[in-house]
Amino acid sequence: MELLVASAIGILTSAGLYLVLRLRTFPVIMGISLLTYSVNVFLFASGRLTVGGPPILSDADIYTDPLPQALVLTAIVISFGMTAVAVMLALGSYLGADDDHIDDPVQEPEDAA
Amino acid sequence: MSLFLIALLPFLGALLPGLMNSAGRSACAGVTFTVTAVTLIGLLTNAPAVLAGDVVTAGIDWLPAIGLNVTLMLDPLGFFFACLILGIGLLIIAYARYYLARNDNMGEFFTYLLLFQGAMVGIVLSDNILLLLIFWELTSLSSFLLIGYWKHLPEGRQGARMALTVTGMGGLAMIAGMLILGQIVGSYDLSVILQNRELIQDSPLYIPALILILMGCFTKSAQFPFHFWLPHAMAAPTPVSAYLHSATMVKAGIFLMARMWPVLSGTPEWFVIVTSAGLITMVLGAVIALFKHDLKALLAFSTVSHLGLITMLLGTGTAFGAMAAVFHILNHAAFKAALFMSAGIIDHEAHTRDIRHLGGLRHLMPITFIIATLAALSMAGIPLLNGFLSKEMMLEEAHRTTLFGVPWLVPALAVFGSIFSATYCFRLIGHVFLGPKRDDYPATPHDPGAGMWLPPALLIIPVVVIGLAPFVAEPFVKLVTSAVLGDAATLPDVHFKIWHGLTPALYMSIAAVVGGLIVLALFTPALSLWDAAPRPEAKVIFDRVIGWSVAAARGIIQPLHDGAFSRYGAIMATTVLAAGLHAWVTGTARPVAYEMTPFDTISVAGWLMLVGATFGLVFLHRNRLLSLILIGIVGLMVSIGFVHFSAPDLALTQFTVEVVTIILMLLALNFLPNRTPIESSVLRRTRDGAIAIVGGLGTMALSWHYLLRDPVAASISEFHLANSYKGGGGTNVVNVILVDFRGFDTFGEIIVLSIAALLIYALTEALLAGPARAKLLNRKPDQPRAGDIHPLMMVVLTRVTMPVVLMVGFYIFLRGHNEPGGGFIAGLVVSIAVVMQYMASGFSWASARLRYPYHGVIGAGVLIAGLTGIGSWFFGKPFLTSDFTYVRIPPFEKFELATATLFDLGVFLAVVGAVMLSLESFSRLARRAHVEESEHAMDIDPSRESDPSSDTGVLRPTEQEA
Repeated sequence: MELLVASAIGILTSAGLYLVLRLRTFPVIMGISLLTYSVNVFLFASGRLTVGGPPILSDADIYTDPLPQALVLTAIVISFGMTAVAVMLALGSYLGADDDHIDDPVQEPEDAA
Repeated sequence: MSLFLIALLPFLGALLPGLMNSAGRSACAGVTFTVTAVTLIGLLTNAPAVLAGDVVTAGIDWLPAIGLNVTLMLDPLGFFFACLILGIGLLIIAYARYYLARNDNMGEFFTYLLLFQGAMVGIVLSDNILLLLIFWELTSLSSFLLIGYWKHLPEGRQGARMALTVTGMGGLAMIAGMLILGQIVGSYDLSVILQNRELIQDSPLYIPALILILMGCFTKSAQFPFHFWLPHAMAAPTPVSAYLHSATMVKAGIFLMARMWPVLSGTPEWFVIVTSAGLITMVLGAVIALFKHDLKALLAFSTVSHLGLITMLLGTGTAFGAMAAVFHILNHAAFKAALFMSAGIIDHEAHTRDIRHLGGLRHLMPITFIIATLAALSMAGIPLLNGFLSKEMMLEEAHRTTLFGVPWLVPALAVFGSIFSATYCFRLIGHVFLGPKRDDYPATPHDPGAGMWLPPALLIIPVVVIGLAPFVAEPFVKLVTSAVLGDAATLPDVHFKIWHGLTPALYMSIAAVVGGLIVLALFTPALSLWDAAPRPEAKVIFDRVIGWSVAAARGIIQPLHDGAFSRYGAIMATTVLAAGLHAWVTGTARPVAYEMTPFDTISVAGWLMLVGATFGLVFLHRNRLLSLILIGIVGLMVSIGFVHFSAPDLALTQFTVEVVTIILMLLALNFLPNRTPIESSVLRRTRDGAIAIVGGLGTMALSWHYLLRDPVAASISEFHLANSYKGGGGTNVVNVILVDFRGFDTFGEIIVLSIAALLIYALTEALLAGPARAKLLNRKPDQPRAGDIHPLMMVVLTRVTMPVVLMVGFYIFLRGHNEPGGGFIAGLVVSIAVVMQYMASGFSWASARLRYPYHGVIGAGVLIAGLTGIGSWFFGKPFLTSDFTYVRIPPFEKFELATATLFDLGVFLAVVGAVMLSLESFSRLARRAHVEESEHAMDIDPSRESDPSSDTGVLRPTEQEA
């Protein structure tokens, strides 16, 4: 099972990195989202994988590690805010310049006139 | 008065002038004056103790872990400087009230002045050298504001920048020096450091520490070769010059040298560096001062020269030298402040400071003439004035000092400097006040009101009194000197007298005065000689150095930072990978502690869907709508993974966030092109692919490694599990961590989320107000629109389910403390319910029913969370301590009431407000673009009925807007 989770993290990171390196805003945002997933799952996995032991106190004798869960929970919500800001910036630059390239246009050297 | 209050009052008072600004100039100056006066009185209440030889201290631990504590002490040396700072400060404030013009912003000026004053008082009262450094940097910053106060003058801005650069760099050096000193001694407290002379001087780090600290002192006190900033700082208003350059800022370096004198002085290194720097500065300053035509420039260089004199005296390392230095600090502060203020008066009345355009002013400005002449004669070292006494002590000390093995070097240079010093004083009197009255002054000069001449006149009193009766100053100077000397030397047994007999110093004094008169007589030929001589211009050199630094920085930054995000991304990813690889290779791995758990069919199926969707996303990302669907699958599978691995709270959160994120992306995609064109070359794609694959392998290896091994340090999770119910009163440990154990984090996080939402709102506003507005209104939708804008089925369904969803949200919220749920999840659930109303029934319909604006909801959330935290203060507990109890209200079961629930309510509201504000902002863009505002839900677009081929409602909003 650990292999599945580790490989999922790796694949999400790979795909995220590749998309982040694209030239248009939309795939970059997609890439950031994928990276968010992979980072969240990675953090979550640092509490090890426990099946059937939710951190809800009861008569059970095993509990999973609650701390990474608490950290990841807020991370998920915050990443929504971050994605929303990134989308807004992408939208603003597209509406302003009619261009959704993520890189600044290449500037001619000043003395090349 | 407590030392804390003395140090704090100017800073607190700095708030007042700005507030009083509209109450008039006198009120503004009055409040500043009062603050300073109260501080001075507070200081004087400590006088009996200090004069009795006690050291008053006050301290609290601030950051004891790094040795940074707020400890203050008041010894005679600190008392002496604090009196100068506050006393002359009072006169300057009164003077500035009349000096500044009507259109100068007086509140701003006095605010800066009080900030500066507070920083200076802080320096002289600090017992902890780290604290001292903080105040030291504050003086650099606040003097920058003061020097650049006349922002409209380019010289003011450049002078301020130069002062900040030079003193700031020196401050940085000094931080390093002080840290070394603290390391040597093992304490950052001055009182401890000053006891460890041998330890410091025997340390191999003594030389670096000494040089770094002296860099700080020399830059601040304008010692050669850092003297050049001071004359350029003269672009400041004259009250600033008078304050900074007579008694305060430039004396800070001197103060520190005096403060550190017991532990740093007495070594050959100290002697050579400090004495020769002081000597060079003294001679250089005096010579340049003579040939300056600007009155303030002359005084600036004379200040440089006198600072050099004091530095030299401290450098000799003898007790007599230290005493002469202290005495001269006092004398110089008095006559120099008076001279600066006189120069300001002349500038104010004659509208020029150029000596070549002045002369004969004694008839026109008799009061100013008397003040300036007495001060200048004192500076020249004429008997019966205070400057004579300390200058003669200086000459005596110079006479005894042998530098580089040449006995005549120091005395000769001292006399040489004194000749020029006397000459510029005589020139000041002769060329400004004496001589015939002229008729070409830019304005007719006359004596100003008492408000302007009284402050310098008051300073002349000590000049004359000490000059006539030196014994008045003797006890105090000796007391301060003994504080400077510490245990390192004993006080010399000499008395301050005007007549010491026919000593070498007297002959040197006479030589200086006579020489001065001779040089003044030869001034015209000397000037033409000076003008013809080539010499380096400090400002040009400084500007060139700055230019080089900027060019070098640009050379490094611009290739790295050329505006191409994809490039930074690649650089960053490679760097992280390289760092990770390095750690991987050099670190040691712990043994495998766990066996892999077996696969099961459902997990493998989930994994396959996740991986399939991810690969699909990579290969199909050019179709943007499709990629949204695919990323939805990824999110869903991650949520299911959370369910599987015992994280119900995470699953709920991820699931709801997924919904709002997809809605958000859909809204955005409405405006963006819906395909991504193929642009990057195969080579580039290969490169990116390689980075991506290596990155993926790296994280995979890391997680794989991590999952099978024990963590390096013990986890704190056991504590949370054990105390969740006992201490936090909840069985859902994740929720208890969020609202209780780590409530402060959560508080910060909801604030971040709120700021993000407000940012989106602000950007939307900016877009709608800018040129994009017309584009939005006139854009043609690139997809055919649906005929029924508000589909009947959806409208009915969402309205029917709304109360149910709200109920569920409420339930999730309440049970959150004990079962999966809580403020975050409930907030997201409720947001989805509200968003559905927008989607189904339209923006206008939904917002017309909105009772509270989302900003208000956000604000209420953050406030409730914050106030809950503050509430615990009233019970004497730290911020955000929670409490809970069980109550029973018939006919209900016994239930729990926890303050954490109130905090969670804040979280809930902030989340609802933030999510809704973001989505609402996006939909506002959409609304303006192409949908006719409609109050009627469930309507049908008529234009589509008549002409299915045309786009709907494109023109009508434009007409309405127009």
